[in-house]
Amino acid sequence: MTSALINVPAKAKRGDIIEIKTLMSHIMETGYRHKASGEVVPRNIITGFTCRFNGNEIFRTDLFPAIAANPFITFFTTATESGKFEFEWTGDQGFSETASASISVE
Amino acid sequence: MQQLPNSSRRQFLGLAGGAAVLGALPVVIVRPAEATPAMLASAIQNVTGGAAVQSGKVKLDIPPLVENGNTVPMTVTVAHPMAPEDHVRSIHVFNEKNPQPNIANFHLSPHNGRAQVSTRIRLADSQKIVAIAKLSDGSFWSASVDVVVTLAACTEEVI
Repeated sequence: MTSALINVPAKAKRGDIIEIKTLMSHIMETGYRHKASGEVVPRNIITGFTCRFNGNEIFRTDLFPAIAANPFITFFTTATESGKFEFEWTGDQGFSETASASISVE
Repeated sequence: MQQLPNSSRRQFLGLAGGAAVLGALPVVIVRPAEATPAMLASAIQNVTGGAAVQSGKVKLDIPPLVENGNTVPMTVTVAHPMAPEDHVRSIHVFNEKNPQPNIANFHLSPHNGRAQVSTRIRLADSQKIVAIAKLSDGSFWSASVDVVVTLAACTEEVI
């Protein structure tokens, strides 16, 4: 069970440009906030997001504390062949999550 | 007899004022059209390596007036083909007044087909957002938007 929401069309025509939407559940603690007692809340963010299609990297993002909680990232890709998208999020405190989605291209 | 000191005083003030204007003029010329804090400028310098950044091609969609800085939708579109020989290599987004100048870097490939990305960001204050696109020929294009934020994000106290 993964805490990611992925939106990839199940089918596409060859050559279509499709939109991929991803949402990862994460607090994205900035490291700039203080507790009432004055101590700094340690930073805990997702620093990287990568999308691979059939093993090849097609999209990558470096994230900073300025990204809102539950990072929502959308991008486009050209449907060239049927295959599997693999998504990977990595972050502070050893955070790592993966998700995948398949597409069939006619 | 009172006329003389008065007029010389007036002359003196006039001269001083003129000198002040002359002194201030070069400062005004040296500054860019939009004053940018040093942090933003150095973050952009890190990405471009000092190359000239042209304005255009990039479209930065972000609401001009934001009620809550914790979640601000943002879309960057680059009007450029994504052909293997000529494409958008990366999109970098910066801000002026958050604790850190970087917001996100998006690395694209010709496989993307369209140079458009969306995400949601945090804004700590009313400020300028800058998006810079790097093309495969090494040129840089940018767009910027001024955003007014009524409720700031990032530094509030945890209860």
